[in-house]
Amino acid sequence: MNKCTERLYNGIIKENPTFVLMLGMCPTLATTTTAINGLGMGLTTTAVLIFSNIIISSLRKIIPDRVRIPAYIVIVASLVTIVQLLLKAFIPSLDKSLGIFIPLIVVNCIILGRAEAYAAKNGPLESAFDGIGMGLGFTVGLTAIAVFREILGAGAVFGFEFIPEDFRISIFGLAPGAFFVLAGLTALQNKFKMPCATNKSAPESVLACGGNCMTCTGSACMANHATLETRRLQAQEDALAAKKAALAEQQKELSAKLDKKEN
Amino acid sequence: MGKLLNVSSSPHARSNVLTQNLMGDVVIAMIPATVYGVYQFGLKALLIILVTVASCLLSEYVYESLMGKPITIMDGSALVTGMILALNMPPEIPLWIPFLGGVFAIIVVKQLYGGLGQNFMNPALAARCFLLISFAGFMSNSAFTLDGVSTPTPLAVMKAGKEVDLAAMVIGKIPGTIGEVSVIALLIGAAYLLIKKVISWRIPVTYLVTFAVFVLIFGKHDFGYVMAQLCGGGLIFGAFFMATDYVTSPITPKGQIVFGVLLGILTGVFRLFGGAPEGVSYAIIISNLLVPLIEKVTLPVAFGKEGKKA
Repeated sequence: MNKCTERLYNGIIKENPTFVLMLGMCPTLATTTTAINGLGMGLTTTAVLIFSNIIISSLRKIIPDRVRIPAYIVIVASLVTIVQLLLKAFIPSLDKSLGIFIPLIVVNCIILGRAEAYAAKNGPLESAFDGIGMGLGFTVGLTAIAVFREILGAGAVFGFEFIPEDFRISIFGLAPGAFFVLAGLTALQNKFKMPCATNKSAPESVLACGGNCMTCTGSACMANHATLETRRLQAQEDALAAKKAALAEQQKELSAKLDKKEN
Repeated sequence: MGKLLNVSSSPHARSNVLTQNLMGDVVIAMIPATVYGVYQFGLKALLIILVTVASCLLSEYVYESLMGKPITIMDGSALVTGMILALNMPPEIPLWIPFLGGVFAIIVVKQLYGGLGQNFMNPALAARCFLLISFAGFMSNSAFTLDGVSTPTPLAVMKAGKEVDLAAMVIGKIPGTIGEVSVIALLIGAAYLLIKKVISWRIPVTYLVTFAVFVLIFGKHDFGYVMAQLCGGGLIFGAFFMATDYVTSPITPKGQIVFGVLLGILTGVFRLFGGAPEGVSYAIIISNLLVPLIEKVTLPVAFGKEGKKA
């Protein structure tokens, strides 16, 4: 079971599909206009992901290597059709607001990615937990983005409106707002160093710019280096002065002692 | 710093003009339009300008101190951004909207991309578009007033197919944003910038000429109509003060001409065929995005190298 909990942790935090792997950007940007939509999309994808992982993993020895992608697509497409019919029957409002993005789950890169990277190499039980972890990670990501966008853009949480219409920033309900919120949350995730695949091995740097000289275009760099250099020199001088003072103190004490002895 | 051996790459010849001087000149050039705006719209216009500038300076200071970067509010670039943004605001706007715009301009558009010189888009204009999309009710037609009465802007009147008073547009007795109304005040500032050689003639002139030709061909074939289109809205302000921003316009002479032509065509398309009466800010930020490509194709041949064979 240890492996299974590890899979859950991996999917939700360490390799979170939205904030770390940056997979499935199309539904992430398009369906996160309201928290309900984000949650619905996430859970729908989770359901498809769990079953596709189980089926693909059980069939991994039967599916010939050469035609594996079409085979995966057939499996995923059948599952998506089932899920869509179920949604139409039981939650028609969600089906209506998600629209084309339900059939598009077929080509969602998280599902094909997990099939290729995990389910095709591991047993059904682990794959099922991998699907749950990844799916929940995706759901958490989508819901987080959607909550922020709904609050800022529509002044509501899960449809409950609490900000008056004049103070809503409607750009957050549109495509640019999705990018702003996604980028902001990803930056926070990186800043607070939740241990994940992207920031664990990141080089530690003392530079204010992060020290990534490979992607730097220049002008800010010189100023940064200059400030740091002066700060370093200042620190060195301070340390030296402190040392000198300490030494002088010691000498004083010693000479005082000597005086006493001679007396 | 004296202890460091200063090994630098070219350029070795430097001019004495600092960022402060250039930004100071731009601020001076905007004073006539600002004064006219305050004269026409009253003290609330002054208040909007003060709030926007303060918001820009404050966001720059707060962001840079939080990030441990050198504080650059004294170079005047945030001041210029704040003034341009404020002059783009309708006079009746609630004060928190320009404040939000200033924060967006400085933090999202300027600082997140690396501060002065690194932003790919004009911060003031990006913030204006952000506000225009977010608060359409406060930013568009119904927000414009003249003598306290809500009045459609000349561009909206022309969009509806009616006649406008050209003389009033030149003087500035029209509704509009704080800084864009008076063509005369803007041209005085523009002349100052051109004489001080802060901006070159290439971008504004090609912009205005291309736009005029475009309107003459695709709009009404009428001289008065073309003049009204030229004087209306933010075109003059945009052409001289916003399109010529150093960071977001091409540095190659040929590129500046391409940039101006592109701006003229885009503005014409937005104004004549678009849904909204005005399109200068969208035209400028879209062209800002194309600047790296324009510079790439218009790179002059370095002295001593052979040109490309045709």
